[in-house]
Amino acid sequence: MVPAPPALVPETKPDIDVARQDRSLADEVMVRSGTNLKACYQCRACGNGCPFVQAMDYTPNQVLRLVQFGLRQQALTCQTIWVCVGCHTCSSQCPMGIDLAAVMDTLRLMAVEEGVAIGRPNILDFHEEVLRSLERYGRAHKLGIMLRHKLTTGNWFKDLDVGLKMLAKRKLDLWPSRVQDIKEIDSLFTCYWRKAL
Amino acid sequence: MSNLMDFSYFPGCSLATSAAESNLSMMKSAQILGFNLIELRDWNCCGSSSAGTLCKNLALAMAARNLSLAPPDRPLVAMCPRCLHYLRSAQNCLKNDPETRSRLEEQFNRPLHPDLEIVHFMEILVRYGLDRLHAKARRSLQGLKFIPYYGCTLARPPRLAKEKYFQGEMENILVALGAEPVTTGLSYRCCGSFLSATDPEVVTPLVNEIIDSAVASKADCLVTACAMCQLNLEIRATTKTRLPVFHFSEVLALALGAEDYEKWFVRHIVDPRPLIQNLAQAA
Repeated sequence: MVPAPPALVPETKPDIDVARQDRSLADEVMVRSGTNLKACYQCRACGNGCPFVQAMDYTPNQVLRLVQFGLRQQALTCQTIWVCVGCHTCSSQCPMGIDLAAVMDTLRLMAVEEGVAIGRPNILDFHEEVLRSLERYGRAHKLGIMLRHKLTTGNWFKDLDVGLKMLAKRKLDLWPSRVQDIKEIDSLFTCYWRKAL
Repeated sequence: MSNLMDFSYFPGCSLATSAAESNLSMMKSAQILGFNLIELRDWNCCGSSSAGTLCKNLALAMAARNLSLAPPDRPLVAMCPRCLHYLRSAQNCLKNDPETRSRLEEQFNRPLHPDLEIVHFMEILVRYGLDRLHAKARRSLQGLKFIPYYGCTLARPPRLAKEKYFQGEMENILVALGAEPVTTGLSYRCCGSFLSATDPEVVTPLVNEIIDSAVASKADCLVTACAMCQLNLEIRATTKTRLPVFHFSEVLALALGAEDYEKWFVRHIVDPRPLIQNLAQAA
């Protein structure tokens, strides 16, 4: 028997409860990101140009729509905002001049501040490891960051070949390069989430 | 009055460690051209995307600490496009927010100079003059077909739309030294940035597209403006044909006659030495 073709609906996303819109969300994101996201008319240039769109759950234009509709929960917990590396391809292609990367930046910050479930915890974990390194040495120590990142995400063997190649080429220094006045660096780490780090 | 050839230099974490070959070759070029690059005393990480993601105040303070270490009478030079971007964004922010500026000045007990000039290393080469650069060339780049790979940060961030752009400068400089640019590759496609560390399976196909585009354009190599791009293009590519990926400063130093390139090239994953030998033989 020929198996039935897969349904054309890509994947089910949670139903949207229109009664629970946060009407201030768009204004809040506009003020914090400094870009007029209300100008978006869904031409999808951003989604079509984004190199990483395949790793995202919503295309960048869909994220703007979530924000326009005030769907706070969906916007802040989506994976897209974490996958975005800020390469600004979308921002440079948007015909309305919307800086989408700045919107993603803002939504990421809001997600961390509000303590919502993080769409891609492994990426947040990586950023936290970088900050640990910066707090300790004032500079990024790649080997330490990668080892700790692997420890928390449990992916010891994924990528082992690349890691060994980098060690052999002396691209991963064993000892960190560090700032002498580490007290001054320490005084910069005053963020409210510092204790959780 | 400070000498016109004096510059403060911000290496950044990559050039200080994993991309030491970029730093060495840049210093060599500077030495040959008579630029006096003075490393910023006790510099720290520019903040990187991680600080920006988790705390804007921290990101600003980290970049600002570096600015507070820079004397105002000479430009601050960076080689890493991301460092340049974060230092300039911080500078912009401090210009527009005198209150934060004075708070940080008090914290560091050092002045912050809002008019401090922050430029990329390529910019000081262009100012030096392409004719003078050409006159200093000691090794021919004739026949070297390269893809100028800028990555995403040197030309695009809209926050810095009113600032100096660097698009095309890599070609201008390397053409003055005899190399031949190939413009049909993916010169501006993002290398994957930190996703290379967290989600390599997402980055590998993208990097392969970039390398394949270079192969299809019949280029001999790619020349990057960014140390992180160079690393990602080397470690994440799984294409059948591999091409050497140079740091811009390596090609520059080579053209200026540097002899100590062995110690840079042993750190590459795709060995560029056969290409260099072919070039020498053809010359």
